[in-house]
Amino acid sequence: MLIQLTDQPIDVAAVLQAVQADGAGAVNAFIGTIRNRSTGRRVVRLHYEAYDQMAVHQLRKVAEQAVERWPMLQEVAIVHRKGTLEIGDVAVAVAVSTPHRAESFAACQYIIDTLKEVVPIWKKEEYEDGTVWVAAHP
Amino acid sequence: MKLTIALFGITREIVGSPQLELTVPAGQSVQELLAELHQSFPALGQLRSLAVAVNNEYAQPGTQLQERDEIALIPPVSGG
Repeated sequence: MLIQLTDQPIDVAAVLQAVQADGAGAVNAFIGTIRNRSTGRRVVRLHYEAYDQMAVHQLRKVAEQAVERWPMLQEVAIVHRKGTLEIGDVAVAVAVSTPHRAESFAACQYIIDTLKEVVPIWKKEEYEDGTVWVAAHP
Repeated sequence: MKLTIALFGITREIVGSPQLELTVPAGQSVQELLAELHQSFPALGQLRSLAVAVNNEYAQPGTQLQERDEIALIPPVSGG
């Protein structure tokens, strides 16, 4: 299991390598990247902040919950970036390996969806004329 | 008892500091702590949600805080 929070660029090939398993017939990955528009505004860059210790703990819990739900999971890797990211940068990479493809899609989606709900990481979007903490206000 | 509360993201900006030190009655609950913070920093009430983490786990409103707990305010998360 690879669980990491990093301020360095994410090496997607290394994340895929981390889920290599002889019992796997499927590897499924989700790569989250920085988009240039948000709610109609042009985004210049993004700033990610994390509560490091809790974020790593919660990332590990999400991975463990996925293994409980899909016991056939061979390997799980979750790497999340923090710091300042530019358009096109990889913010998060999730990869799983399973014997067959159906469970790989389901487990990968479960991990990224749950991560977005529970892991204490925050992003601030920077526009040409200001900044906003994403999702902070109703 | 003395509590140290770690602040992140928008809560750090609202309070104007990365951490807050408070003296509260022994056995104060998460709910009571939140009520006190809302009173001191009304802008916290405008957030979509505000959770409290105790020792790296999300805490229930009734959880009683201890002096050595690692406490943090968790505004709406937006990772990914």
